[in-house]
Amino acid sequence: MQASDRFNINSQLEHLQAKYVGTGHADLNRFEWAVNIQRDSYASYVGHYPILSYFAIAENESIGRERYNFMQKMLLPCGLPPEREED
Amino acid sequence: MDDDHEIARTQEERKNMEQQITYDTEFYNTTKNRFEGYENSIAVTEEDETIDTNLSQVPRKLASYTAPQSLLRDITRSAEEEEERNGDGNDVRAQSRRIIDKEDEYKRRGRLNRALSPDRVDAFALGDKTPDPSVRTYGEIMREEALKREREETLREISKKKKEEEGKRGGGDRKVEEERAREEVVPAKRRNRWDVDNAASKKAKTSGSDWDMLESTPGIGRWDATPTPGRVGDATPGVARRNRWDETPTPGRVDADATPSVSGMAWDSTPKLTGFATPTPKRQRSRWDETPANIGSVTPMPGATPAGVYTPGVTPFGGIGMVTPTPGQINLMRWEKDIDERNRPLTDEELDSMFPQEGYKVLEPPATYVPIRTPARKLVQTPDTQLYQIPEENRRQEYDLPKEPPGGLPFIKPEDYQWVGPLLNEVDEETLTPDEQKDRKILKLLLKVKNGTPPQRKTALRQLTDKAREFGAGPLFHRILPLLMQPTLEDQERHLLVKVIDRVLYKLDELVRPFAHKILVVIEPLLIDEDYYARVEGREIISNLSKAAGLATMIAAMRPDIDNIDEYVRNTTARAFSVVASALGIPALLPFLKAVCQSKKSWQARHTGIKIVQQIAILIGCAVLPHLKSLVEIIELGLVDENQKVRTITALSLAALAEASAPYGIESFDSVLKPLWTGIRSQRGKVLAAFLKAVGFIIPLMDAVYASYYTKEVMFILKREFESHDEEMKKIVLKVVKQCVSTEGVEADYIRSDILPQFFKNFWVRRMALDRRNYKQLVETTVEIANKVGVADIVGRIVEDLKDEGEPYRRMVMETIEKVVANLGASDIDARLEELLIDGILYAFQEQTSDDANVMLNGFGAVVNALGQRVKPYLPQICGTIKWRLNNKSAKVRQQAADLISRIAVVMKQCQEEQLMGHLGVVLYEYLGEEYPEVLGSILGALKAIVNVIGMTKMTPPIKDLLPRLTPILKNRYEKVQENCIDLVGRIADRGAEFVPAREWMRICFELLEMLKAHKKGIRRATVNTFGYIAKAIGPQDVLATLLNNLKVQERQNRVCTTVAIAIVAETCSPFTVLPALMNEYRVPELNVQNGVLKSLSFLFEYIGEMGKDYIYAVTPLLEDALMDRDLVHRQTAASAVKHMALGVAGLGCEDALVHLLNYVWPNIFETSPHVINAVMEAIEGMRVALGAAAILNYCLQGLFHPARKVREVYWKIYNSLYIGAQDALVAAYPVLEDEESNIFSRPELVMFV
Repeated sequence: MQASDRFNINSQLEHLQAKYVGTGHADLNRFEWAVNIQRDSYASYVGHYPILSYFAIAENESIGRERYNFMQKMLLPCGLPPEREED
Repeated sequence: MDDDHEIARTQEERKNMEQQITYDTEFYNTTKNRFEGYENSIAVTEEDETIDTNLSQVPRKLASYTAPQSLLRDITRSAEEEEERNGDGNDVRAQSRRIIDKEDEYKRRGRLNRALSPDRVDAFALGDKTPDPSVRTYGEIMREEALKREREETLREISKKKKEEEGKRGGGDRKVEEERAREEVVPAKRRNRWDVDNAASKKAKTSGSDWDMLESTPGIGRWDATPTPGRVGDATPGVARRNRWDETPTPGRVDADATPSVSGMAWDSTPKLTGFATPTPKRQRSRWDETPANIGSVTPMPGATPAGVYTPGVTPFGGIGMVTPTPGQINLMRWEKDIDERNRPLTDEELDSMFPQEGYKVLEPPATYVPIRTPARKLVQTPDTQLYQIPEENRRQEYDLPKEPPGGLPFIKPEDYQWVGPLLNEVDEETLTPDEQKDRKILKLLLKVKNGTPPQRKTALRQLTDKAREFGAGPLFHRILPLLMQPTLEDQERHLLVKVIDRVLYKLDELVRPFAHKILVVIEPLLIDEDYYARVEGREIISNLSKAAGLATMIAAMRPDIDNIDEYVRNTTARAFSVVASALGIPALLPFLKAVCQSKKSWQARHTGIKIVQQIAILIGCAVLPHLKSLVEIIELGLVDENQKVRTITALSLAALAEASAPYGIESFDSVLKPLWTGIRSQRGKVLAAFLKAVGFIIPLMDAVYASYYTKEVMFILKREFESHDEEMKKIVLKVVKQCVSTEGVEADYIRSDILPQFFKNFWVRRMALDRRNYKQLVETTVEIANKVGVADIVGRIVEDLKDEGEPYRRMVMETIEKVVANLGASDIDARLEELLIDGILYAFQEQTSDDANVMLNGFGAVVNALGQRVKPYLPQICGTIKWRLNNKSAKVRQQAADLISRIAVVMKQCQEEQLMGHLGVVLYEYLGEEYPEVLGSILGALKAIVNVIGMTKMTPPIKDLLPRLTPILKNRYEKVQENCIDLVGRIADRGAEFVPAREWMRICFELLEMLKAHKKGIRRATVNTFGYIAKAIGPQDVLATLLNNLKVQERQNRVCTTVAIAIVAETCSPFTVLPALMNEYRVPELNVQNGVLKSLSFLFEYIGEMGKDYIYAVTPLLEDALMDRDLVHRQTAASAVKHMALGVAGLGCEDALVHLLNYVWPNIFETSPHVINAVMEAIEGMRVALGAAAILNYCLQGLFHPARKVREVYWKIYNSLYIGAQDALVAAYPVLEDEESNIFSRPELVMFV
């Protein structure tokens, strides 16, 4: 990369992207990505009322309860992170 | 204008500030202001005008003339401008980047006279301990200040007494007195410059001799307390004339005694060696107005003697080594060095290298040769002074480079040698004490920040920030602050150093307390800088400082400056305080302000306190509203203060508060209404002007009833002041009238009966038109009055003046009529007035000799357009005038006549004067041979206007005759001609293309190609559009062929415009007419052509949008090829074509073709060239829109966890932009992950089924 490229928008793109929650990077591991996926999914379920009501019917729960459950699951959606072996 | 200018500036600043402040938009409705029409500023000559840069030094120099100031300003200004325009080499202001050269006298003197005060004690850190006697406490400083003030008072008393005595003596011998006065000048001045020096005043107090008294008295008080020369004159008319020399510090004279060698050169003049050859100081040559005020003694460095003078190659003569080198000297040395270097004798080695080895012989010098030893006989004579020593010869020395700074330091400018001196001495760092090491480190970092390359600067800045607490506040500020006081500082350097302070402040936090005042001393001047960014920077620093040091420390630091004897110090302190108020909140500062504004001790304190309120209002605008009442209450007593200046500033502050809070807050001003109203009856002169200004701002806040009442009250005074001869007062009266008249409750009848007669009698006189500012103000006010009382009244009163014999006055009348008529229309104007008006306008139009601003033209146009069909009877006469003037010898007159046609063409059409227009068309047609391009442009514009209104068919001359005449004019390179011509041709191509044979259009096409190169965007745009019209008229084939040929040219801009033109042709004639030829052109094996084709495709698909769905399949093979091309630009352009295509056809069922193209785009994701990768990424984004995020995610998944990091990085980048663009859509498409032993990765909800 040339010196002049260092300052243009392309080089900053990754930096810009990194400001958003849920974006990834080359060192992301399976667990972290999965956590993002899970959270996005739950957020999406909660955000789309028809889906939420569909789940409510399927699980025979009230819509409010479903919403509450999904929100609760957004904390540690995949359980505790695995031990890091490399350090 | 300068007042307005300054006000506009502060207003703009505030607007910027306000954008950052969030407030309830419902309450503070910003969109529609019911007071929009008000003038929101009335100027009064007061101290704040001293900030008005550029100007303030001008009147000072001219103080002995007696013409009106405003006139003089205009004159000198234009003289200055003239000088700048001539590019006079002596014009320092235009060239130098140094701050000192750009400052005016007031700022320079104020800034450089301030010295860094010693550190102060931090009362908070001490707790109960007794402060160290070496540092100063608040009490000591206050005592010192009090002492200084007392001395001032005493001196003033003495001078008063002396004057009285002289008055008794009744003149005496004038000559002796003058002599004496001349002698007074120097000592008086000197004492002022070393304010701390008490010796002189002591002498004045103790010695009884008359002579001593005389020597010490004059001018001191005047010098410090009254910075404007005008006022000096008022106070002591006897010595005022000579006093103006005192105003400017004259270092050349003063310092000549102390340091003889500094004077004698103007630092910006061409360096002359004589500066060295004449060691005796020549006083008269010193350019005292340009040399910095602080040569020698006042140099802000601790210890004026530089540590290491920059003298490479030259031995210092005389006393140079003993003083700080001025920039002039350094320049001189540079030259000297350069000349030495070029003229030095060649060495044997150099001669050897120059001549061939063989064929030459080194001769022995003849035995009789004796080299010249006596310097007097040498051609270039070396000055023979006492201190001169023959320099030691060192041929190895590098003459043209300064000593290489050790240890990777950046280039050191000669001016910097004095402070970085310690760094240049090679010392073993180990032997130094930790403190010295720290100091060296700080110096090094500062040098890197100041002079280094950007990366050096960045790391140095970061180190300074990180280690700030480690270095400690003391060592840091002792190094940074003197640097900021350097006279040779440049803008950029100041910016960097201020940045350092800002960062360091943040880190040091409460440790800065002892240095708060020092920092203020260097930062305050920034608050009145001309440069907007400098002001903002200064504010930021002070605001950060006050947050770090706390309110108590800030007050303690600035309190002594509030009643400083120097007006400059008080002015800047007031501004700094307003920043503190906005940083820490007004309520925190209120008790202090209250105390200051009601100070019994000195009027200066009250003045500054009230000024702080004014500055707060200016700085924070409508945010004063919650505190308005308390602020008004704090300053209201100032209206009845015994000191005139305090009364003035109070009125100005009230005006600022009212302006800031408009249209709310009238109830807060209740308490000041009475003193203001009694004030305008009892005050005179400047104070009255300020009071009127305050009233002018408060009235618009009132309810209609009150506004009307108070307007009537104030009108009484205003009418009296109508007759004032003071220019400043006139302007203010005009503005206040404007404010009052536009207020809701003021009735038209009242204005008509009570104001108009006197107003017109006093203001509508010839003299008012001579001064530009009066002129403008009067026009504005009259227009405002007209808005209330209607057109007929105003126009009826001034219409006769259109035939006045003074041209400037006629112009003023015309401008007013134009504005009034444009605002209110002409329906009120009856038949008689109409006749008078047209008659007057015709007279004024014909009699004008010069009209640069087009006032007459605009006025004519406005009146004719307002009257509409009522002009019909006069049109033959008007046209006669125009025709006659079109034939005039003067180009200006012809141009104006043509311009007038384009203004009134629409009205002529309304009056059904088509025959007349046709006639004018023919006349204009005959003048197409015009040689002056400006006039030709106007004639073309007039033709265009006529063609526009009467249409192509009725146009005479017929279009088929007109257009061929225009073709050669297209070749004209003059911008105005080009623009009007292309507009006219484009209009004809659009509406009347059928009147012209296709051959003619083709000829025009060729001409148009040249116009694609025009500098003006409007011309290029018109040209490109004209291509579209022509293509529509004669079919795209021929035009396209021309354009495609043009793709082969070398010039880039030309090609770009051509591609745009092709795209437009495609849009106007449908893509299918263009695409085959275009795609065929791609077969030409030439990069430029192929790229041009691709670019056209890209534009084309951008223009046609949805229409593109029919053509995707046609161009896909071409794009396939382009996306596989070796050439980067091919792929880049093709990718952007794909993007536009994808975005255009999203949702229209072209997914198959798009997926196919995506497969060709995708391999390019690893490109590194910024343009290419940008285009590729955008193409993928376009695909995301057209194909859906899920499709792209599937492409992504293959690389997200690729073993190669480089691959992963790219894929994650794509994934991230995908994620940001369509996060929700991805939820359904994420891959199914298997659970692991302790983690749940699957998403069971998605498999639920009812």
